[in-house]
Amino acid sequence: MSFDLEFFNIGYLDTLSYKDTFVHRIDPRIKIIVSFIFILFVVSFQKYEVSALMPFFLYPVFLLTAGNIPLKAIAKKIVFVSPFAVFIGIFNPLLDTGVILSPFGIPVSGGWLSFISIIMKFVLTVSTALLLIAVTSFPGICEALERLKLPKVFVIQLLFLYRYLFVLLEESLRMIRARDARSFGKRGKEMKTFIRLISVLLIRSVERAERIFCAMLSRGFRGEIKVLRRHTINAYDILFLIISVTMFYLFRSFHIVNIIGETVGRSFR
Amino acid sequence: MSHHIVELKDVRFRYPDGTEAIQGITFKILHGESVGIAGANGMGKTTLLLNLGAHLLPTSGEVSIGEVTLAKRTRQEIRRKVGFVFQRTDDQLFMPTVYEDVAFGPINLGLTEEKVAERVKSALEMVGCLHLSNRPPHRLSEGQKRAVAIATVMAMDPDILIMDEPASNLDPKSRRHLINLLKGFVHTKIIASHDLDLILDVCKRCIIIREGRVVADGPSEEILMDEKLLEENSLELPLSRQHNNKF
Repeated sequence: MSFDLEFFNIGYLDTLSYKDTFVHRIDPRIKIIVSFIFILFVVSFQKYEVSALMPFFLYPVFLLTAGNIPLKAIAKKIVFVSPFAVFIGIFNPLLDTGVILSPFGIPVSGGWLSFISIIMKFVLTVSTALLLIAVTSFPGICEALERLKLPKVFVIQLLFLYRYLFVLLEESLRMIRARDARSFGKRGKEMKTFIRLISVLLIRSVERAERIFCAMLSRGFRGEIKVLRRHTINAYDILFLIISVTMFYLFRSFHIVNIIGETVGRSFR
Repeated sequence: MSHHIVELKDVRFRYPDGTEAIQGITFKILHGESVGIAGANGMGKTTLLLNLGAHLLPTSGEVSIGEVTLAKRTRQEIRRKVGFVFQRTDDQLFMPTVYEDVAFGPINLGLTEEKVAERVKSALEMVGCLHLSNRPPHRLSEGQKRAVAIATVMAMDPDILIMDEPASNLDPKSRRHLINLLKGFVHTKIIASHDLDLILDVCKRCIIIREGRVVADGPSEEILMDEKLLEENSLELPLSRQHNNKF
């Protein structure tokens, strides 16, 4: 029944995006731009960098807390996709064995540092992307993309994807339930039935597309879909943009963790 | 008010696979009339409605709505006059939010922004769904979806309302709400349904179709009381009438 659970899981992120908090209210354009700049800054660090990446966790944590998003929802999804990042970096400790630093006398090789750096960059970028979806309604993101001059064809594809994702999922859910209800043990769950299920789903989707097109025509569709503009950029949005980008810049150009460490060290001396 | 007449003259329709779904239907529906179309499954009700909504063109015969005869180049014009509520709400509501969905038609009619907003508001108010404006359709109940689907059509200010199984999948309360809503519309209404009580409630006239032909056409009160006729068409007396007979 994991399919059922997965289905409700997708709906969950969507539910979160309809909350009404300070971050939910920020203009989606600003959120997209800030998140994009954030990702650029994070990936711009060189491969052995670990401590300088730490301050960047402030941004996803800010979105998480201010947006009132449960940590578990995001953490689970990050873990789910983490194998990709882990496999990219897993051989680094074996290949790159040169010792770079040895805190408290423990030798740490360059491979381990770059591996940890990859994982950190992965967590930072993926959590930001997930949180962006969680604190912005999908139509909001589409509106922003359209106003940021993304070709309209793509935006409309995304809108339809969002609208029919749930309908199609529900349809497949019903089909899988119907199959499970009449299959026992391993019989009925072979690849062969699965292939048929998929082909039926495809045919149904094509038929549905025809009906949707009919519905569009009967309401005067002539090839143009207007994306509703609901948001306006206000002073708070600009402030959010300026503050966050300045912070990212400071984090990038000054080694905040070192500075803190040195000041604390000095005061103890 | 002769311009909202729906007239069919010996209309036939054959699907590309050779199925003759409509085999010579002739009737005339006057302005403001409400007509129920009943019949067993697969007897051509939906095909007939698709012809009326200019989604299919009759293979022969003539469909005219108002003074316009249905042909390839008059399709747009006819679709503008006819509001079509489809059987499946998920097909009808294709935009990401309720507001955008209701606004879709008026925008395509080329109305100004204020006019569109006005239309959307009054259409949603009419069906009692104004509070759902910003909700995505997949988060609505079936009853709400149906009401919004009707609003999307009403926002285009059609002359004629065509509905395919409007009460399917509705709970009794939503169904009652729908019936009251339909009763309040002054438009010409054509409703295909198996829900004979709904037809009896909303429509003065009833047409029964079998194998693509009209087998009965007359006042609902008479036709829906004719037990023999109904039985021949895989139908039953409306529940409200059964009750009266028994007690």
